Amino acid sequence: MTDNKKVVEIIKVMAEIIHENAQFLTDLDAPIGDNDHGINMDRGFQKVLEDLPGIENSDIGSILKKTGMDLVSTVGGSSGPLYGTAFMKAGAAVAGKNEIDADDFIDIMEAAVGGVQLRGKAEQGEKTMLDAMIPAVNAIKKGVDAGKSPSEFLADGVQAAKEGVEYTKTIIATKGRASYVGERSIGHQDPGATSFTLLLESIAALY
Amino acid sequence: MVGIVIVSHSKKLAEGVVELSRLISGECPIVAAGGLEDGGFGTSYERIEAAIESVYSDDGVIVIMDMGSSCMTTEMVIENMEGKRIEMVDCPMVEGAAAAAAESEGGSSLEEVKKAAMEAAGESKF
Repeated sequence: MTDNKKVVEIIKVMAEIIHENAQFLTDLDAPIGDNDHGINMDRGFQKVLEDLPGIENSDIGSILKKTGMDLVSTVGGSSGPLYGTAFMKAGAAVAGKNEIDADDFIDIMEAAVGGVQLRGKAEQGEKTMLDAMIPAVNAIKKGVDAGKSPSEFLADGVQAAKEGVEYTKTIIATKGRASYVGERSIGHQDPGATSFTLLLESIAALY
Repeated sequence: MVGIVIVSHSKKLAEGVVELSRLISGECPIVAAGGLEDGGFGTSYERIEAAIESVYSDDGVIVIMDMGSSCMTTEMVIENMEGKRIEMVDCPMVEGAAAAAAESEGGSSLEEVKKAAMEAAGESKF
């Protein structure tokens, strides 16, 4: 499905898409969070971008791990430890590999979800990034099992993630900063679920 | 003495809690890890790590956080400092820090300092 060179390309696209959407993500965070999600994510991915030349010949596990460490160090908000842990766990799932197939990709995504759950102690339905991640991973798994191509199962994943983002508009936040605004969080889509969808779209863009 | 680290999104808030605790317990090794490197709001892995190291001794360190990423980032720092005696305490930041600093200054153990901070949660102010 991909080699380490392509993983580097994907991360570059992620940084670009996050940068383009930084203001949008921050604006989503304003009414229900602390108005910094896009700025924080952009700061993190710019650092990732800066460090990529030093690791682009490493194995995929090491590239993902370094990306996670950079995010933890530089994002500065909850998305730092959450996405940081997601990338680090994803890296550990494919440690030492220079090429991965669709099954490895599922392992990566499941490890990422597990990492976010471990760090955030959250579950599906609490208006967090998990509301996009879990349906996306399920859709990808279904697609892989049905023998679909990467471009097809990634499109399924993106579609499920987008539906997950729509779902977050309908529920009250019970985790994270948005839980302080309680019922007033209804009607607003979750910024973390949105940024996850953008990251998944970045992967899909190269297939 | 047990070291104490105050982690907050706000540099001023963390420094203020340290300032107040030192008024009460001037000898206690208590330091702030607030905000980002550039002084902006957020939590910094490096600042938390450096703060813990600066007050670390065999007696151990407790870390008191405000919320959200302060807790998650601290958790990651501690995981990566394996084998050291560092504990996060779930307590009100101001009252917990003051109680812990007084306990630490008195030469209490890590467990006792942690207990003093946690007990601050149940105390009425008036």
